[in-house]
Amino acid sequence: MATSSIMESLFQRSLDDLIKAIRLQMIGESNFISKSLEEIRKELKSTDPQTKSTALEKLIYLNSLYSIDMSFASFHVVEVMSSSKFSHKRIGYLAASQSFHENTDVLLLITNQLRKDLNSSNEFEVSLALECLSIIATHDLSRDLTPEIFTLLSSSKLFVKKKAIGVILRIFNKYPDSVKVAFKRLVENLEGGFDQPVMSAVVGVFCELTAKDPKSYLPLAPEFYRILVDSKNNWVLIKVLKIFSKLGLLEPRLAKKIVDPICEHMRRTTAKSLLFECIRTVVTCLTDYETAVKLAVEKIRELLIDEDSNLKYLGLKALSILGSKQLWTVVENKEAVIKSLSDADPNIRHQSLHLVMAMVSEDNVTDISRVLLNYALKSDPQFCNEILGSILSTCSKNDYEVIVDFDWYVSLLGEMSRNPHCQKGVEIEQQLVDIGQRVKEVRRELVRVARDLLIDPALLGNPFLHRILSAAAWVSGEYVEFLKNPLELIEALLQPRTNLLPPLIRAVYIHSVFKVLVFCLHLFFVRKHVTSSSLDGLAQGMYDLDAEREFPEGPSLVRRECSSASFDCEQDEEFKPIIQNITGEELTIENGGENLVAFEQVSLSTSFAKDPSNHESIVGLIDLIKTALSPLSGSDEVEVQDRARNVLGLIELIQRETDGWLIQMEDSFKGGKVKALKMIEILHGAFSVKIGPVLRTSQERVPVPEGIILNDNLADLDSICGDILSPPTSAFSMGNRLFGENYGNSSLDLQKKEESEPSTESTSLLAEHRKRHGLYYLSAEKTEGMSNDYPPPNDLQSTVDIGDGTQDLLKITDQSLSSKRKPKHSKPRPVVVKLDERDEKPVSSVKPLKDSEHDQLSGAVRNILLGEEDTSASSLTKPSDKSTGKRRVKELSSKSESRPEDKLGDAAPEVGGSSSFRRSKHRSRGKEREKSPKNNDENKEGNSQKDKRKSHQHSRNRTRHRADLPLNVVAQTPVIPDFLL
Amino acid sequence: MIHFVLLISRQGKVRLTKWYSPYTQKERTKVIRELSGVILTRGPKLCNFVEWRGYKVVYKRYASLYFCMCIDQEDNELEVLEIIHHFVEILDRYFGSVCELDLIFNFHKAYYILDEILIAGELQETSKKIVARLIAAQDSLVETAKEEASSISNIIAQATK
Repeated sequence: MATSSIMESLFQRSLDDLIKAIRLQMIGESNFISKSLEEIRKELKSTDPQTKSTALEKLIYLNSLYSIDMSFASFHVVEVMSSSKFSHKRIGYLAASQSFHENTDVLLLITNQLRKDLNSSNEFEVSLALECLSIIATHDLSRDLTPEIFTLLSSSKLFVKKKAIGVILRIFNKYPDSVKVAFKRLVENLEGGFDQPVMSAVVGVFCELTAKDPKSYLPLAPEFYRILVDSKNNWVLIKVLKIFSKLGLLEPRLAKKIVDPICEHMRRTTAKSLLFECIRTVVTCLTDYETAVKLAVEKIRELLIDEDSNLKYLGLKALSILGSKQLWTVVENKEAVIKSLSDADPNIRHQSLHLVMAMVSEDNVTDISRVLLNYALKSDPQFCNEILGSILSTCSKNDYEVIVDFDWYVSLLGEMSRNPHCQKGVEIEQQLVDIGQRVKEVRRELVRVARDLLIDPALLGNPFLHRILSAAAWVSGEYVEFLKNPLELIEALLQPRTNLLPPLIRAVYIHSVFKVLVFCLHLFFVRKHVTSSSLDGLAQGMYDLDAEREFPEGPSLVRRECSSASFDCEQDEEFKPIIQNITGEELTIENGGENLVAFEQVSLSTSFAKDPSNHESIVGLIDLIKTALSPLSGSDEVEVQDRARNVLGLIELIQRETDGWLIQMEDSFKGGKVKALKMIEILHGAFSVKIGPVLRTSQERVPVPEGIILNDNLADLDSICGDILSPPTSAFSMGNRLFGENYGNSSLDLQKKEESEPSTESTSLLAEHRKRHGLYYLSAEKTEGMSNDYPPPNDLQSTVDIGDGTQDLLKITDQSLSSKRKPKHSKPRPVVVKLDERDEKPVSSVKPLKDSEHDQLSGAVRNILLGEEDTSASSLTKPSDKSTGKRRVKELSSKSESRPEDKLGDAAPEVGGSSSFRRSKHRSRGKEREKSPKNNDENKEGNSQKDKRKSHQHSRNRTRHRADLPLNVVAQTPVIPDFLL
Repeated sequence: MIHFVLLISRQGKVRLTKWYSPYTQKERTKVIRELSGVILTRGPKLCNFVEWRGYKVVYKRYASLYFCMCIDQEDNELEVLEIIHHFVEILDRYFGSVCELDLIFNFHKAYYILDEILIAGELQETSKKIVARLIAAQDSLVETAKEEASSISNIIAQATK
């Protein structure tokens, strides 16, 4: 056995050998690695510690540099860790800290080993254990090793002490109860303040703690202040400044106090890092102090014009923090900002773009956009899109708040689309449609822009623009009355290159053709033959209308019918009058009578460049459409086919009705054509109803049509839905058991409601509504949001409980929506945000982990504070209950929810630190110090009995001191700033 | 705090990885791939900061090596640059004008040195002298152990001849 191990160690590849060999492998590196991995596996099983540790060392090498999984070796890691030789142990610990994680099962085995090493007389072994613990500590390890760490916190060896302080942060996070034990010592170290490394470590820990929960550490402000004023160490000062930038936001008086020292540092220091930290502190929490801000801005300007791109970047960053509160600072540095827009560094450009957009207002939006757009043309594709994106989002913020001249904006959108790098199709599409719906006045210009886009065959080749073209097609179809030359547009819509478009967008094109065609035909008929016969027809229609007014389906149906219509001839006779009348009615209702009239006038009086109502042109038009669309009526794409057939069907219908008159160029108008005229008028009327933007809540405002009987409760549905419901019931049985009847019932109710919805009559309304609007809504956003935009109808008539349920659902969706939206608005760089969102997903597992840790920590602390006296803690160490009290007070001030009075009382006595008391105590017992400031907020409630109780736990002599405190306390609740004096 | 430290060569080879926040092996690989893509492509005169997934990565190139550290949004970039420089100076002092090869063949030493500079993602020692002394002391511990081991195996090796 012995010989074999010797042989092993003699013939083992050393780490050097391995590295050299890997470096020699030009190809087949992975092969070689897997081969050496085999060797390592074998060597790890060796009994010779030397062989084993060398194998492990090689494995660490492969793991950290080639990302080879080494979890299989975790047991061997433990073996090597427990070796008595320092050189082996060191390798074992390195391996552990590189490869162990929360779920490593051998972690259970190392507790004792760690404890032994933490207690070792060799300080380097202690340090190894601490290093390792700082990375791999879990809840259990932290709990078991807290006493050891606590002892080490006051170790006489600085080297060990500072490491213990570093580890404590992790321990606090993993095992919040340790706060009770160790917090006080930590604070002592803060107060001790003689040794720089220790000080820097403690401040580092507090910096992290404060970042998570600033309020709790407010009472320590005096200590931090002392460091801020006294310390000469930049590393420490930076951390302290960070702490203050959190605390300063909470306590305005503290902010006042720190302004001067910070300004002093800013003036004096030569270290850029410290300077920048000062600036950052000022811009985050001291913006109310003009002198400080002025000084900071001055320094920022220096950074901005510095050669060093790091400083420039940071300067811009600081400016953007400041800019959100005090815009003048940005405006003052406008030149530098705009200059850095052309910096070589994309990060700097990004920052400055962000700042430029922050400066946008009603007055300068035109100029800035113009400049940026020109600049975008010259920059690289990525940044170009960044610019376009930020223009789009800035301009559209709060329903186009900053835009005054929409004509200008629409043409700007058109221009953007022509930018060769433009990839913002979706946004532009959405805005084109949105503006068309929202801003009536701009429609003429919008149609012009859309036309320009549509007739340019080059644009069809760029897939990023397809969405924009789709919007353009929709716009020109919808607002066809503003078209100068419909014929030209139809040609554009049917040009051969449209076959490059995806089918859905092509369908939009064809549908626009449909609309334009109807418009032209209408014009043609009306113009030529505003004869009495047609008027008669109308009058007749009106009559019928009145009779049919109660037709339950409502106007929306008309729209649907007309648009999706492949009008069957048979249907006409019966249906037309009704439709027509309803349309007319709707028009008058929605637009008001005048509008209708005005509209008619417009369309009649508009003189076209090429007269579209001219007989020849109509015939030409129809021919063109027929030629272009006939092949499509056999298209594989249903949407395209459908639309094409609609158009062709209409043409055929018209031609049949007019007995081929259109084609024969006969100029006489016979009675038979009245039908065609009527038909066209109906269609035209339907299309000339403009679609407006839809509120998310609009569905709720739709009145329940008469004739619909809604049951008061949906009990009937039980029988119908019984089958469907049963599976969910069983699924929820678990929930029932766990959470009690109520929960189960409510969830069942929800379920029931969801199930039952489809069968209510009101869904038909919903469906109609959807069809009516959805059909024309092109933007992805809208369709995406459909489910939210059309929440289940919330009928007041239906039973209360169900209504409530729906309400809740609504609330939930609303909340989720708004929470999603908020970041968008609050973060002024939407483009970036989007990228982040996308990128962040994969790491999400990391971030939540941090959060949950934090929750755990504060939650546990809260528990300690509110829960019963923790005797276990005091059993560990005497000082522990003191710190508990301290901690409790602290937490109380931050978390104000339900707190049992008696506990509060406990805290109160300690609270009572009036400054005089503090001073006097100061020398003798430093520990007391932190306690006293904490109480600030909540000492009012009855403290005296508490006093006594507390004092029992502590040493007798202190009791006396405390007894007289409470009075003072009540008098001056917020104590902190006083201490600063 | 510092979430991780990466050393990447100009060719994209990893030379050192130290993780202070929990990342699974998969995530580690992904992070390295992503970041080396971002950082190695940046030109020489650009700023040393990259925004990445809500964090900031501060990097600096020394000779053929990129030293990268990932920090939180509120952390001070310049300070981290100084930490990197501090680390490099200590390496330099230890190896005597350090080069990439030193770090390749003594990768574990680079780890031990880093462990003396940072703990739990925080700077723990700002004095180069002290770090050097600590490392030397630990090395001597290891050396004596090694000597023993080699002497024994020497003896046995001779005996078995």
